[in-house]
Amino acid sequence: MAHAHSVKRYRGLMDWITTVDHKKIAVLYLIAGGFFFGIGGIEAILIRIQLMKPMNTFVSAQVFNELITMHGTTMIFLGVMPIIFAIMNAVVPLQIGARDVAFPFVNALGFWTFLFGGLLLNLSWVMGGAPDAGWTAYTPLSSAAYSESHGVDFYTIGLQIAGLGTLIGGINFLATIITMRAPGMSYMRMPMFTWTTFITSAIILFAFPAITVGLVLLTFDRILGANFFDVANGGNPVLWQHIFWIFGHPEVYILILPAFGIISEVIPTFSRKRLFGYSSMVFATILIAFLGFMVWAHHMFTTGLGNVANALFSISTMLIAVPTGIKIFNWLFTMWGGQIRFTAANLFAVGFVPTFVMGGVTGVMLASAPADFQFHDTYFVVAHFHYVIVGGLVLGLFAGLHYWWPKMFGRILSETLGKWTFWTFMIGFQLTFFVQHFLGLMGMQRRIVTYLPNQDFDLLNLVSSIGAFLMGVGVIIFLINIVITTRKPVDAPNDPWEDGRTLEWTIPSPPPEYNFKQTPLVRGIDAYWKEKMAGNKEMTPAEPVGSIHMPSATPLPFVMSVGIFIAGLGLMFSKDKFELEFMNIIFNNYIVVIIGLLITFGAMALRSLYDDHGWHIEPEDQDEKGART
Amino acid sequence: MMKQWQVAKRILPLLAVFSLLLSACGREDLSAMKPQGPVAQDQLDLMKLSIAIMIVVLIIVFAIAAYVLIRFRRRAGQTEMPEQVEGNFKLEVIWTAIPLLLVIILAVPTVQTIFAHGEDLTNDKNAVKVQVTSHQYWWEFTYPQYDITTAQDLIIPTGKKIAFELKTADVLHSFWVPSLAGKMDTNPDGTLNKFSFSAPNEGVYRGKCAELCGRSHAFMEFKVKAVSQESFDRWVNAMKAPAVLPEDTQLAEKFKTNCLSCHAVGDQGGPAAPNLTGIGGKEAVAGILLNQREGQEEGKPVLDNMKEWLHDPQSVKEGNTMPSPKSLGLTDEEIDGIAEYLANYKLDYE
Ligand code: HEM
Ligand SMILES: [Cu+2]
Repeated sequence: MAHAHSVKRYRGLMDWITTVDHKKIAVLYLIAGGFFFGIGGIEAILIRIQLMKPMNTFVSAQVFNELITMHGTTMIFLGVMPIIFAIMNAVVPLQIGARDVAFPFVNALGFWTFLFGGLLLNLSWVMGGAPDAGWTAYTPLSSAAYSESHGVDFYTIGLQIAGLGTLIGGINFLATIITMRAPGMSYMRMPMFTWTTFITSAIILFAFPAITVGLVLLTFDRILGANFFDVANGGNPVLWQHIFWIFGHPEVYILILPAFGIISEVIPTFSRKRLFGYSSMVFATILIAFLGFMVWAHHMFTTGLGNVANALFSISTMLIAVPTGIKIFNWLFTMWGGQIRFTAANLFAVGFVPTFVMGGVTGVMLASAPADFQFHDTYFVVAHFHYVIVGGLVLGLFAGLHYWWPKMFGRILSETLGKWTFWTFMIGFQLTFFVQHFLGLMGMQRRIVTYLPNQDFDLLNLVSSIGAFLMGVGVIIFLINIVITTRKPVDAPNDPWEDGRTLEWTIPSPPPEYNFKQTPLVRGIDAYWKEKMAGNKEMTPAEPVGSIHMPSATPLPFVMSVGIFIAGLGLMFSKDKFELEFMNIIFNNYIVVIIGLLITFGAMALRSLYDDHGWHIEPEDQDEKGART
Repeated sequence: MMKQWQVAKRILPLLAVFSLLLSACGREDLSAMKPQGPVAQDQLDLMKLSIAIMIVVLIIVFAIAAYVLIRFRRRAGQTEMPEQVEGNFKLEVIWTAIPLLLVIILAVPTVQTIFAHGEDLTNDKNAVKVQVTSHQYWWEFTYPQYDITTAQDLIIPTGKKIAFELKTADVLHSFWVPSLAGKMDTNPDGTLNKFSFSAPNEGVYRGKCAELCGRSHAFMEFKVKAVSQESFDRWVNAMKAPAVLPEDTQLAEKFKTNCLSCHAVGDQGGPAAPNLTGIGGKEAVAGILLNQREGQEEGKPVLDNMKEWLHDPQSVKEGNTMPSPKSLGLTDEEIDGIAEYLANYKLDYE
C-alpha cells in the first residue's frame, strides 16, 4: 500500500463536531432544524392557546409579542431553512454524481455559524427577554428607545451570525453545481431538485447581503447610537422596511423553490413518468426568482409609497401567478397517464399541489393594492402565508424527508405512520388556517394578544386552535416514526421506491463516504431511468476505479463559530452595567469581543498556514457498504 | 374582447353566490365584508372580483387533480411502462396564456381603483380635514378647520368626505376602520400619509390599530361616530366651550394639578395625553372598555369603566404611559370622585 499514511479518525461526538462530509452535515442540519422547528412549534401552540377565547390571560402582552416574534423568526430562519439545507446537502451532490460539495470545510463552517447564531437568538428567552418587535422588526419599535431589553440585540446579532451560515451554504451550492456535475450532465439534464437548489442559492447570494446590511445598521443604531432609522436625527424608518423586504420577499422564494424541486422529484417517481414540460419548469423557476426581486414593496402598500408605485408593484406581483401556474399544471400533467402510487411521500406531494394553489390564489388577491388595504396586517395575511409556508413548504419537506429518508439513513420510514402523519397534519392544517381568512376579513388584525368578545371572532379562533393541536399531533407521530425506524436494521436497497430516476438511487443506502466509486456517465435527463430502460442495471462509469481523495476532518469550523458567538455576546453587552466590576471591565472595553474575534481569526490563521492535503481511500478499501449505520 | 366577455359571463353567477356568502359573516360596524361607505364598497367589489377569478382557478385545478388522482392510480398487476411524455407545447402555451388573461382582468380595475382612491383632498373646500396622530396606545384627532382636538372617538358628519392626514408621535401604527375603508400607516414626520373616506349613514364604527406597536397594540382601538351635519356643528361648538371642572373645589384642584398636566378639558390643560372634554359621553374608556349604549348588548356603565381605568391603568393597557393616580398621591375617594366627575362630563350634541 503505497499511500498508507495514517488519517486522523474521530469518534463519537468529536466525529460530528469535526466532520466535513456533506452527508453528515445534512444530518446535523436536520437535527438542529428539527430542534428549532420544535421550539417554533411550541411557540405557535402557546400563541394559539392564548387566542383560543376572547380576553384570555394565559400570557401577558409582553410575552405574547415575544412569542410571535420568536415564532416567526425561529420558523423562517432556524426551522425550515436548515431542514431545506439538510435535504440539499444530503441529495444534491448525489444527484449530480459528485463525491462531495465544492468546499467541504466551508460547508461545515456554514452549519456551525447557523447553529451558534440560532442558539444565541434563543438564549434571549433566559437572558432577560426575547425580541418583541415582530419578525419584521420594524423601526422605530425595534429601536433602543422603544424596545429596551436586549431582545432585539439578540435578534440582530443572532440572525447576523446565522445568516452568515446561510450565505456560505448558498455560495457553496452554487460552486458545487457549477463545477462538480458528472460528465454528460449538462444544465438541461440536471434533476429539478438540483435546479431549484441552484436558483435558490443564487437568490441567497443576492438577497442575504441586503439583510446583512440592514442588521448591521440596526445594530449600530441600537448599540453604538447611530441614527440610520431615527427621524429626529435625519434617519428614516421606512428605509428599514425597504431593506427588510428587499431581502424578505426573495426569502419567501428561497423557502418555496426547494419545495417545488422536491415535488418535481417525488411526483414523477410515484407516477412512473418523466416530469412534464421539464424545460418550461426550469424557465418558470428562473422567472419566479427574477420576479421575486421585483415585488418587495407589495408588503408596503399601506406604508404610503404613492399611486404609481402601488400600481406597478400590484401588477408585477400578479405576474408571478403566471410561472407558478405553469408549474402547477405541469405537475398535474405529469400524473396524467401515469401509474400513481400513494406512498406517504407521494401523499404529501399530492397534498401539496391544491394547498399551495390556495396560498397562491390568495397571494394574487393580496396583490391588488386597494384590496390589500383591507387584507394587510390581518389574519387574512396570516392565513395566506401559512398556506404558502406550511401548506407549501412544510408539506414539501415532509414529502422530501419520507422520500429520501432511506437514502440518508438506510431505513425506510413506516408507511402506516407516515400516512397517519399526513392525515392528521393536513386536516389540522386546513382547520387552523382556512378559517383565518374569514377572521381577517371580519376585522381581526394580526399580532394582537387578545380580542373583545362579541365580534364574531370567538368560534373561528377556537376552531383554529383545535386545528393547531391536531397539527402538533401529526408532528409527534412523525417523531415516533423516526424513533421506531431508527431502531430497525439498515436494510434499504439502493433504489427502495423501485422507480428512482436520478443518480442518488444508483448507489447504496446510505451511500459510502465517497458516494460514487466511479463517477457515472450521464446520457440524458433522468439518467438512471434511462439506463434502466436500456436494460442496464447500473450506470456506465466515466472513469476507471482509482484512489479517491477525501478532505480531512477538522474542528476548526466549530472553533471559528464559537469565536463569533463569543464576540456577538460581547458586543451585545458592551454598554451594560454589571454588579461585578470585573464584568464591567471585560465587557465595556470590548475585551470579550476581542477574545471572540481572536479565537475566530486564530482558527482562520491555522487553517491558512497549515497545509492539509486530505487523504485517500484506495480501491482495496472501497467496499460497497454504507459508511454509517 | 369576446373572450374576456365570456370569462366575465361565467364569473357573474359566481359573483352573486360569493356576495351572499361573504356578507353572511361579521358585524356591520366592523367587517370589511359589510361595507358602510363608498371606499370600503369599492374595495369589497375588487375583493369579490378577485375571489371569483380565484375560485375559477381553484375549481379547474381541483377538478383536474381529482380526475387524475382517481383515474390514474396504479392498479394491482399493472406492469407496463406509462409513456414518457416530454411535454406539450400547445398545452403549455395555453396555461401560460390563461393566467396572463386572468391577471389582466384583475389588473385593470385594480389600477383604476388605486388612482381613484389615491386622490389628494387636502385642498378640497368641501372636505372635513382631520389630522390623525397616533400614540402608544391612543389616537388623537385634530380638526384644523375648527381648531379642536379630541381623542379616541372620531366624530364626523355623514356624507361629507373626510380628508385625513396621518402621522405618529412615536412608533408606526396603522389607522383602520374596516367597514369604512382599508388601513393606512401613520408614519413619522416627513412621510405623512393622506387618504379619505366618507360615511353616508349615521352610526358608530369600530376602528383598530393594525400595525404592531408595542405591548398594548391589541387594545389600541377607537370609534368613528358618524352624526348628522347639525349634530356635528353642535359638537364642534360644545368642544369649544370653556372647560367644566369638578364642583368640589378641592377635587377640582387635585384634578388640575394631577391630571391636567398631561390631559386637557376644554380650554385648560395640555396635549400630552388624550383630550378629556366630554369623555363621559364617549363610546369607550381608554378606547377599549366599552360603555353601555342603547341598542348594544355589551358594555358596562361608564362610571364602572372609569373607575376600573383610574384605579389601575396598567392592568387595562399594559405598558401605557399614564401614571397610576394612586402613585400620584390620590386617595381612593378622590379617585372615585374624579371618576364620577368624568363619567358625568358629557357633551349634549346628538
Ligand atoms: C403548528 C403550526 C403553526 C401554527 C399553529 C402557527 C400559528 C401562527 C400564529 C397564530 C401566528 C401569529 C399571527 C399574528 O398574530 O401575527 C403566526 C405567525 C407567524 N408564523 Fe406561524 N404557525 C405555525 C407554523 C409556522 C411555520 C412552519 C412557519 C414558517 C416556516 C410559520 C411562520 C410564521 C411567521 C413568519 C409568522 C409571523 C410572525 C410575526 O408576526 O412576526 N408558522 N403563526
Ligand atoms: Cu398601534
